[in-house]
Amino acid sequence: MLRIDKLTKDFGGLRAVNDCSFEVPEGMIFGLIGPNGSGKTTVFNLITGFLLPTSGRVSYRDQELTGLPPYMIAQHGIARTFQLVRVFRRMTVMENLLIAPQHQAGENLLLGMLQVPRVRRQEREAIKRAMKLLAVMGMEGLTDEYCGNLSYAEQKMVELARALMTDPDLVLLDEPTSGINPSLINQILDYIRKLRDEQGKTFLVVEHDMRVIMNLCDRIAVLNYGEKIAEGTPDEVSNAPEVIDAYLGV
Amino acid sequence: MFSELSLVVHLLVIITIYGILAIALNLIMGVTGLFNIGHAAFYGIGAYTSALLAKAGVPWFYAMLVGVFLAGFIAFVIGIPTLRLVGDYLAVVTLGLGEIARAVFKNWLSLTRGPMGLPGIPHASLLGVKFDTAEKFLLLGAISLLLVYIIAERLLHSPFGRVLKGIREDEAAVQALGKSTYRFKMWALVIGSGMAGLAGSLFAHYITFIDPSSFVMWLTFFIFLIIMLGGPGNNLGAIVATVVFVSLREGLRFVSLPEWLNPAALQQLLFGVLLIIVTIFMPRGLIPEHKITYRGHPGHAEN
Repeated sequence: MLRIDKLTKDFGGLRAVNDCSFEVPEGMIFGLIGPNGSGKTTVFNLITGFLLPTSGRVSYRDQELTGLPPYMIAQHGIARTFQLVRVFRRMTVMENLLIAPQHQAGENLLLGMLQVPRVRRQEREAIKRAMKLLAVMGMEGLTDEYCGNLSYAEQKMVELARALMTDPDLVLLDEPTSGINPSLINQILDYIRKLRDEQGKTFLVVEHDMRVIMNLCDRIAVLNYGEKIAEGTPDEVSNAPEVIDAYLGV
Repeated sequence: MFSELSLVVHLLVIITIYGILAIALNLIMGVTGLFNIGHAAFYGIGAYTSALLAKAGVPWFYAMLVGVFLAGFIAFVIGIPTLRLVGDYLAVVTLGLGEIARAVFKNWLSLTRGPMGLPGIPHASLLGVKFDTAEKFLLLGAISLLLVYIIAERLLHSPFGRVLKGIREDEAAVQALGKSTYRFKMWALVIGSGMAGLAGSLFAHYITFIDPSSFVMWLTFFIFLIIMLGGPGNNLGAIVATVVFVSLREGLRFVSLPEWLNPAALQQLLFGVLLIIVTIFMPRGLIPEHKITYRGHPGHAEN
């Protein structure tokens, strides 16, 4: 589904990502791990168009994504969250979620100002979907709260819900569980699995917590100094000597 | 000399014109977060265009429309290179535009008569009504302000306006949601500048004389101050703050000052200090941005 082909990114003299290739098959939860500074987030930014690769290609369902601006890549059905949470702070939780759906008639200046029936209908549908997502996260009571007033964990979940509101086929999650309390983590992981199982969504996950990644992911690629040093199932990866060397055998 | 009543009416007319300017800049800066320092230039473009056309015999309404569209068009041209970029390029370019516009008003003598100004601008007239007294003009100003207010409010409370607020909060995050932020920013800048053009036309056809001194950057800062005090993102706050500041500014003219104190300098000093105080102690203004709530919305209740 998503193919990363010989991706390289230089920042001045620093090679952040080096000749990195892997493929994420449809319907899979794919993990990307590696020590700090190993280039995971850079790979995310290269896939989503926030950075341009020095060389190499990114393609999605046989369509070239390399060089497209972020909004066009998102329009292909690829949503993402950010490592450092980026919610709209002076907007409510509900507004954060309602901004996300694609093809909103109300984003047309005139249709939006006139609030034609189609706009109101879409708005109602979007609110229903948003409420369902918020229920999963136990946040139904916070719809009208400014996001800037929420805790870090709550903001993180708003961001996840906002990404899901775009109804993506592929979701890129950058450390989705960091800073979230353990009982809620399981709830979120269950929900991610459910989305994969019931709606066939695909996930690419960067994560630091090894228990999370081992228990969530079907397949894992390991980065070290921008290079892919291993790829396989959680068991294969955790037994690979180069991985233990670089990462696990601290 | 003005009588007391006509002085109040004059004040109200100026408030309607500045209220339009404030709502317009609020859309651009308060809602969308675009740093536009050239607001006075668009106001001036509207004023000069409308005045020159009317002096050439074009009816006010059409002269005004051309002024509005020209202001919007120039905003569009400025937006093409600057709005594609992230950062404060727009601020730098609109700063330049403000100075260019002022230089053109001042130096294109054959067209604008430069510092001597344009006298004898015909009064506004519409549907057979001639707005040739302050009282009558107040009606025109109030209707225009109301219209601009309604448009700005409808816009703000639409999904379109929601995207504008998102751009102010975090443009990259909006792009990650599949929206071309360029298009949204462009509309905000063009509509806001067109509204400034309308204010300019009203001003020209009310005073019936314009010169470059009415369209200087100081005016942009004055309007900026109004928005900061009123509450960035709140149109009602913009109007309330316009009433406060325009009254204060006009009121200062009647305070007798010692000779060594220049009233214009005092005014600028006072407003500068006020801007700092408001920014530090009341960053959300007198009337903070209206919170759009969804509890009780049909879609919310169905769950």
